[in-house]
Amino acid sequence: MQKDIDVYQYLRHEKKFPLIWCAGCGNGIVLGSMLRAVDSLKISKDRVAMVSGIGCSGRTSTYVDFNTLHTTHGRALSFATGLKFARPELTTLVVMGDGDGLSIGGNHFIHAARRNIDLTAFIYNNNIYGMTGGQVSPTTPGGKIASTAPMGNIENNFDTIKVAEACGATFVARGTTYDADALDEIIAIGIQHKGFSVIEVLTPCPTIYGRYNRLGSAVDMLKSQLDDTIPLEQAKNMSAEELQGKTLTGIFVNEDKREFCEEYEKLVQRAQKK
Amino acid sequence: MEAKLLMGNEAVAEGALAGGVNFFAGYPITPSNEIGEIMSRRLPGAGGKFIQMEDEIASMGCIIGASISGCKTMTATSGPGFSLMQENLGFAAMTEVPCVVVNVMRGGPSTGMPTLPSQGDIQQARWGTHGDHPIIALCPSTVREVFDLTITSLNFAEQYRTPVVLLMDEVIGHLREKVVLPQVESIEIANRTQPTCPPEWYRPFEDNKSGVPLMASFGDGYRYHITGLTHDEMGFPTTKKDEVTALNHRLHRKIRQAFEDIMLYETFLMEDATAVIVAYGCVMRSAKSAALELRQQGKKVGLIKLTTLWPFPRIALENMPEQVQEIFVPEMNMGQIYREVTRVNQGKLRVRKITKVDGELITPDEIIRGIKREGADSAKRY
Ligand SMILES: Cc1ncc(C[n+]2csc(CCOP(=O)(O)OP(=O)(O)O)c2C)c(N)n1
Ligand code: SF4
Repeated sequence: MQKDIDVYQYLRHEKKFPLIWCAGCGNGIVLGSMLRAVDSLKISKDRVAMVSGIGCSGRTSTYVDFNTLHTTHGRALSFATGLKFARPELTTLVVMGDGDGLSIGGNHFIHAARRNIDLTAFIYNNNIYGMTGGQVSPTTPGGKIASTAPMGNIENNFDTIKVAEACGATFVARGTTYDADALDEIIAIGIQHKGFSVIEVLTPCPTIYGRYNRLGSAVDMLKSQLDDTIPLEQAKNMSAEELQGKTLTGIFVNEDKREFCEEYEKLVQRAQKK
Repeated sequence: MEAKLLMGNEAVAEGALAGGVNFFAGYPITPSNEIGEIMSRRLPGAGGKFIQMEDEIASMGCIIGASISGCKTMTATSGPGFSLMQENLGFAAMTEVPCVVVNVMRGGPSTGMPTLPSQGDIQQARWGTHGDHPIIALCPSTVREVFDLTITSLNFAEQYRTPVVLLMDEVIGHLREKVVLPQVESIEIANRTQPTCPPEWYRPFEDNKSGVPLMASFGDGYRYHITGLTHDEMGFPTTKKDEVTALNHRLHRKIRQAFEDIMLYETFLMEDATAVIVAYGCVMRSAKSAALELRQQGKKVGLIKLTTLWPFPRIALENMPEQVQEIFVPEMNMGQIYREVTRVNQGKLRVRKITKVDGELITPDEIIRGIKREGADSAKRY
């Protein structure tokens, strides 16, 4: 994939608003990957819709020169379902935070996956509620500190991959902001996939999650992504002990199953023949 | 057209299809179920889209998304579902996305009485979502009117770029009446005004005389941003005082400017009336019988039927004949429109409420007794 694309053509760079993301935040890296993937697929900007929820992650839609819809907290997938169903020809990217997509928006996540509607859903997983100041999220690992878990999280956390798979998502992948090259590829495949695609991106929040948990600088947090994750192919040849405490990355599910908008089209044809 | 026996909820679906609805998303709830069921049968054949969502929050989000892609959209629900829709309903008001929400009111609060009628959601329709937003809500009293007002709701939504609430009640929703529907060609249909300028000139939330910005559909080449955050003319978030004020004022102005067009009401027997009944929805039917009966008994009673409930049609009360001395407001709630009537009346006339919240329709007799101040009744007069 071409790496040195002119990202400016995809950004609303002439607009007056400030970028709200902190220095060192991983969200910009995810955005970069997304733009390279769209560019590699030669999809015209008019044909791309981005729907986002509320959170630091949700602000992604503000910055890109697509058809962009910044919705309510947790509900991005329901808006995106209406948009995609109404205009199946639009490539529809849905951007959510881990709290946004898996806590308040959990029900929509489950059902969008079950329906297998052709959306590409991103979960920016920073293990915390960034925008509201660091409260515990459904992906905060046990024992980690958050502003509402000052003595350590006593709850169990979701594994986004398992949730997505169990709910019927037909493309499920995890990438990291450390390995942006791999992320570019995953996103390009995910966008091309016909059906509900879930791409979880591990993205550091140095300002809040990092500070609460003494994880060092933004660079330290990126480097620990390298140490803490193992690509799926590599993991195949590793023992259970070696994999202890590691997070797997790569494409977990990629299968064909009937897609909602296409099935509806068939139903319309049946109804109109009658 | 031939006469048909039609139920209120069926008339919503007929009106929706005649009015151009081509996208419906909903979640089952009594007593509005028939609307979604009919739409699921009829829309595919008509080339439209139907989807049953996972809940009412999603239904509301879904129709907003579809409307932004250029569809004419509707959802239907009842009390508990209407509560769940409130956040995204506010989003539609803020982002000026046309859509129609049908609320077939049932007994409340909470799960209340699913199969029994009430008029308990009138103030919720006005203020249910947070923030200082304008809204339009219409309320039919007959099955034919359900059909007509469904189309009016769709037209208002498109013309003023606003969500519109069609406030039905269980009685009207499940009432079967003989109706003659109008010829399709005679039905007036309004559509949102779309931009024709080159995309680079498009200012998605720019003010104009009507206060209603031109609306481009996603996918038509006008790439722009929509957010529930307070935004500037280009649709981007702002906290600049002048831009914030301008947006909030315009949202109200676009509806206020059109008051005369939006405020629908009818009057009966008002010329010589000394007492006036103000009623709406199913109660209006009993109120009409009561007025006629009281006239036979020699009491000069007139009637104002409110069709638009929000914005409250104050001109209906302001233009009252001089000899009127008292106003009676029968409602199937604890006095939600009575509040508005007293507010507009400003202490000039005596205003009485006649309320009933036991899940049954107010009868003409109960209204008559309420007006004559006779005896204790399940319909309470205060
Ligand atoms: C209905 C509702 N509840 C709560 C909030 C407040 N809120 C804004 S963002 C957010 C959480 C953000 O965390 P996450 O989804 O993980 O995204 P991040 O900011 O970390 O990218 C919350 C709770 C809201 N906007 N709306
Ligand atoms: S708070 Fe965290 S997630 Fe939000 S912008 Fe800052 S670093 Fe990124």
